[in-house]
Amino acid sequence: MTGRLRVFLVDDHRLFRAGVRSELGPEVEVVGEADEVAAAIELITERRPDVVLVDVHMPDGGGQAVIEAVGGVEPDIRFLALSVSDAAEDVIGVIRAGARGYVTKTISGAELTEAIVRVADGDAVFSPRLAGFVLDAFAADPPPAGTGTVTFDPELDQLTPREREVLRLIARGYAYKEVARQLSISIKTVESHVSAVLRKLQLSSRHQLTRWASERRLL
Amino acid sequence: MAAGVAGGLSARFGIDANAIRLIFAILALGDASGFALYVVAWLIITRQGESGSIARRALSDRRTLALALALATILGCALIALELLGLGFAANLIWPVSAGAAGLVVVWRDASDEERRFLRESVERSPLPGLPERRTWRALLARVAIGIALVLFGLGGLVATRHPNGATFEAVVWAGVVVGGFLVVFGPWWLALARDLAVERRERVRSQERADMAAAIHDSVLQTLALIQRSSTDPREVTRLARAQERELRAWLFDGRSPGSFDAAQVTMLAQAIAVIERDVEESHGTAVETVVVGDCPLTDELRALLGAGREATVNAAAWSGADTVSLFAEVEQSRVSLFVRDRGKGFDPRTVAEDRRGISESIRARMARHGGTADIRSTLGEGTEVELLMPRLDGPP
Repeated sequence: MTGRLRVFLVDDHRLFRAGVRSELGPEVEVVGEADEVAAAIELITERRPDVVLVDVHMPDGGGQAVIEAVGGVEPDIRFLALSVSDAAEDVIGVIRAGARGYVTKTISGAELTEAIVRVADGDAVFSPRLAGFVLDAFAADPPPAGTGTVTFDPELDQLTPREREVLRLIARGYAYKEVARQLSISIKTVESHVSAVLRKLQLSSRHQLTRWASERRLL
Repeated sequence: MAAGVAGGLSARFGIDANAIRLIFAILALGDASGFALYVVAWLIITRQGESGSIARRALSDRRTLALALALATILGCALIALELLGLGFAANLIWPVSAGAAGLVVVWRDASDEERRFLRESVERSPLPGLPERRTWRALLARVAIGIALVLFGLGGLVATRHPNGATFEAVVWAGVVVGGFLVVFGPWWLALARDLAVERRERVRSQERADMAAAIHDSVLQTLALIQRSSTDPREVTRLARAQERELRAWLFDGRSPGSFDAAQVTMLAQAIAVIERDVEESHGTAVETVVVGDCPLTDELRALLGAGREATVNAAAWSGADTVSLFAEVEQSRVSLFVRDRGKGFDPRTVAEDRRGISESIRARMARHGGTADIRSTLGEGTEVELLMPRLDGPP
């Protein structure tokens, strides 16, 4: 990457956008913002930022709609989801639409800047909460053989023990470099584990993901 | 009669409108085919000053066609049933009545706006289904007269039914006529009464809901906003208040838990209990607690001990570490429940903790040991502390 990263904000709360603008570090430059889905899609395709920070909850489909509309035509633009919501199915939905990560809005400016840089590099950003959701979603045993039309693909539908370990540490509040030190591996290796988990989350046809999300709603 | 069909035909063919009306009336008295013919004519004749007939508009309105068809089949079936029950005259009515009724549905839905307004006004002014406030004295009298006539007619029929055999059904029909008469007289009044009651109840429910919501918002959001204004010079306090309020509001909006209704007796699941710890520590110490819970299970005595130790560890981190965030991670597995409390604060050297500080030795280690669990505390000066608590599950599958 040369020069500063170009960032676009999509959030329907003006105060929140102003707050993010003022907190972001000098590595990034805000090239535009939008407060609703249609305007966001138009401006993002016009200005082609490196990273879009997108709110999960907005009228007219929320972040998911923006990601789906832009992701089809501009595959190089990366998305990072921001939310206050705890609703697991919304978060999983946004990740499955193509976001490279999810952070809660209470994140500090420095951490958010770091997350943006990481997403721009093509890596995944997992907040403790998202790591928890993923551990939850992939927790159950593999489904019994021959359940309906859903085929179980161990490549996609199961986390490796190492990935599980990495996610647990993230859920416990460890930063990537702390995870690396704890497991005596390099940060690059941590990043590749997390990216692998993100890919599984996006591609897995595992029916537990949806079943789990709907059960979660009932709790 | 109703739609000016007779007038239209007479204008077209030069026959006197009254003659046409008479023909329709005679046909209608015979087997109701006049009624059906009239409706069909209404459908296909273009109204003066309009561009197309109702039938032409209806062709492109599939919903209306489906509705009309459904009504026609229902009426047809009902009439066939009546015929099978022994009422011979029903057989002749099947075609004209179902076709006529279906036609009326099409008319009602696809007539032009102007014609529809005219129809609505005629119905409102008419004696039977009209709205009370639009009804005139004449209409009222007509209604009562029709009703009384029906009652008398039905009573007469009942009295006349003297055949000892096979008369039961006939008697039922006459009784039905009597009931119908009463309905005609009193029906609109009952209907208006029921409508008023329903409207009033809906209003009451709505205002009740509004009052509840106002009370809940006052107890939570407004109180917090007032507190935030008072402590606006203390950013830590503002953050604490805002976070506590955010959590409460979220619990209300997404989990349906109303603010302030969370008493300890209701906590039966691990995830709920963790949420209580998060809330209590944030409120009492002003430190953000980031909780992540994977899985969930009912609370047991062992798990209450685990949570007690976890709460103590969280409170310690909030009170002594100096970090502004404490991470709390709980995971329920088949054979055990683990709880991690971590901060990035100043850390401590366990050897330097004074003997009289019983928090770690009593509240955490000994409590865990008593219930068959383990506690591991790792701390590095300047980097932070992590407490790892493990409790085997006795209730889980082996």
